Amino acid sequence: MSRLVVILHCIFVLLMHFNAEAKSLHVGRGQVYSDIKSALAQSAAYDTIFVHSGTYAEGNIEIKKPLTIIGLSYPVIDGKGKYEMVSVRASHVEFNGFILRNSGYASLDDPAAIKLYGSNYSKVINNILEDNFFGIYIQYGKHCLIKNNKILAHGIEEQRIGNGIHCWKSDSLQIIANSISGHRDGIYFEFVTNSVIWRNYSSKNVRYGLHFMFSHQDAYYTNVFSDNGAGVAVMFTKGVMMANNVFEHNWGDAAYGILLKEISDSYIIGNKFRNNTSGIYMEGASRIILEKNTFISNGWAMKVQASCMDNIIEANNFLSNTFDMGTNGTLVLNQFKSNYWDKYEGYDLNGDGFGDVPYHPLSLFSVISENNPSAMLLFRSFIMSLMDRSEKIMPSLTPDNFKDEQPLMHQLNYD
Amino acid sequence: MNKITRFVITDIVRNKIMIVYALLLAALSWGVFSMEDNVSKGMLTILNLILLNVPLVAVIFSTIYLYNSSEFIELLLSQPVKRSRIWWSLFSGLQLALLLAFVLGAGIPILIFSPDALGITMLLVGVMVNAIFVALAFLGSILTRDKAKGIGMAIMLWLFFALLFDGLVLFLLFQFSDYPIEKVMVVISTLSPIDLSRILVLLQMDVSAMMGYSGAIFREFFGTTSGIGICFTILLLWIAVPFLISLRKFNRKDL
Repeated sequence: MSRLVVILHCIFVLLMHFNAEAKSLHVGRGQVYSDIKSALAQSAAYDTIFVHSGTYAEGNIEIKKPLTIIGLSYPVIDGKGKYEMVSVRASHVEFNGFILRNSGYASLDDPAAIKLYGSNYSKVINNILEDNFFGIYIQYGKHCLIKNNKILAHGIEEQRIGNGIHCWKSDSLQIIANSISGHRDGIYFEFVTNSVIWRNYSSKNVRYGLHFMFSHQDAYYTNVFSDNGAGVAVMFTKGVMMANNVFEHNWGDAAYGILLKEISDSYIIGNKFRNNTSGIYMEGASRIILEKNTFISNGWAMKVQASCMDNIIEANNFLSNTFDMGTNGTLVLNQFKSNYWDKYEGYDLNGDGFGDVPYHPLSLFSVISENNPSAMLLFRSFIMSLMDRSEKIMPSLTPDNFKDEQPLMHQLNYD
Repeated sequence: MNKITRFVITDIVRNKIMIVYALLLAALSWGVFSMEDNVSKGMLTILNLILLNVPLVAVIFSTIYLYNSSEFIELLLSQPVKRSRIWWSLFSGLQLALLLAFVLGAGIPILIFSPDALGITMLLVGVMVNAIFVALAFLGSILTRDKAKGIGMAIMLWLFFALLFDGLVLFLLFQFSDYPIEKVMVVISTLSPIDLSRILVLLQMDVSAMMGYSGAIFREFFGTTSGIGICFTILLLWIAVPFLISLRKFNRKDL
């Protein structure tokens, strides 16, 4: 009996030891382990591995236990252009403070600098990623945190470069304070729900700064998307909250501040659209509330196609855009109210701050060129400005219900 | 520079209208650039100035000048000077005077605020438009002796290229909107020096991205070095052809 007690006691003590004192393993020159793989082999779950500075080219590193791996003064993990450097196949992994560069390139299995396979509650923090095919790749992940990473690549063609942060079939992710440039899409979401994208800076990506598809109930706040090949695309999604973002310098033949395609029940609030060919392009969008946004110096502030319905466009500023609006039909099922339009020339006799005559934001030329694109040939010609002027005074060709009944007399201050 | 040209230039400068014109251009250009915070927006305003005001002044001033110099021309014809030489000298004198006014007035601010491909294109286009409308004025004034008719024709020419031609283009665009007419439009646009100039300048600016599909076709043609070369050749033809016709007529005319 007493022997059994002793054995049980021993096991208990061992277990206690195991749980309470996770080991710290050190990797680096002059440390116990000279490479990361051998430290991983010797580690137990919930250990911490410290990697000292140096360059580690170990092919593919697989993490199969919940571990915290911390780089001290940015050790480099080099994929030599052949491997996916880090594959995380466990939950509760923290990967912090590394430089990851030169991942492999393959169009079938999409190697990334760091890829999370079905991982929950993992964190990828404070890393610098340079010239990888995909940057951070999450599939079937839940409650993961991607924070403070700098992701840089030099993609030229869409086919030859992957996405900066690629999330697929995941839930409850937090993408915070990363900066991404030179990838195909800066941040890519497909079938990702209940997630937040906050304070990221996505610029100079080959295609989109942010690409959303089939990702419901997500929010993105206070991000900056600039100089991307085609701006930001949000497609086939419902329940998206887009607030306080800046969309700027997305300038090109098919570039948009935001491209909204088949979006419903969403909010676009307090964003700033500056110097985009089209600030917002809406197609098949419904029940969207668009308010308190500022549109400055865009080619078209908004292009609202006739397939959009029940959208409310309220209390926005439209400042020095070439065209305030564009549309492709005469059907107008959206509501424009109380916006400030700098091209408004009406008056306010009773002094209530609202203009007494409605504003028609659709210029004749934008209607003509939408129906007959080659009319753009006459862009900036004298006859067009003359016709626009007469149309403003007496609308005849533009849909007369496309109007703001109560345009504001003074600009709203959202800065 | 021969004596007649020199005489024409001093005559025009003494006339003071060219000085006022240069000052006006300068005031407008400097004003536009200092009021707009954005240089490219200022350039768009200057573009309108170049495409509307410059040809108007060039064609009307040259026409009136030619009619007013008819006695001077007759006097010259009684001297042992070749006819073509008289016409050439008048042409170069007027050209130089107007060119000087344009370059001093608008050219300097353009090059100061936009010293790049766009500014240079703008300047070249302005010089070309100036010269084309002087040449057209020479053609117009040789066609008729009647001063009122001649000035009326000058105004009509300006109105046609600045306004009516675009209306015609718009009409064609709508009539043939079911057909792929972009390439045809490239050819048609060369029929108006003002349109050609506008497209040349717009393609150098960011706003060209707004021109969409037809813009892309235009860039394919006008955006390349050879395309730009062809454009300037066409603009040169717009100077040469009207002037040479007028020269031929002048040589054969019984004055």
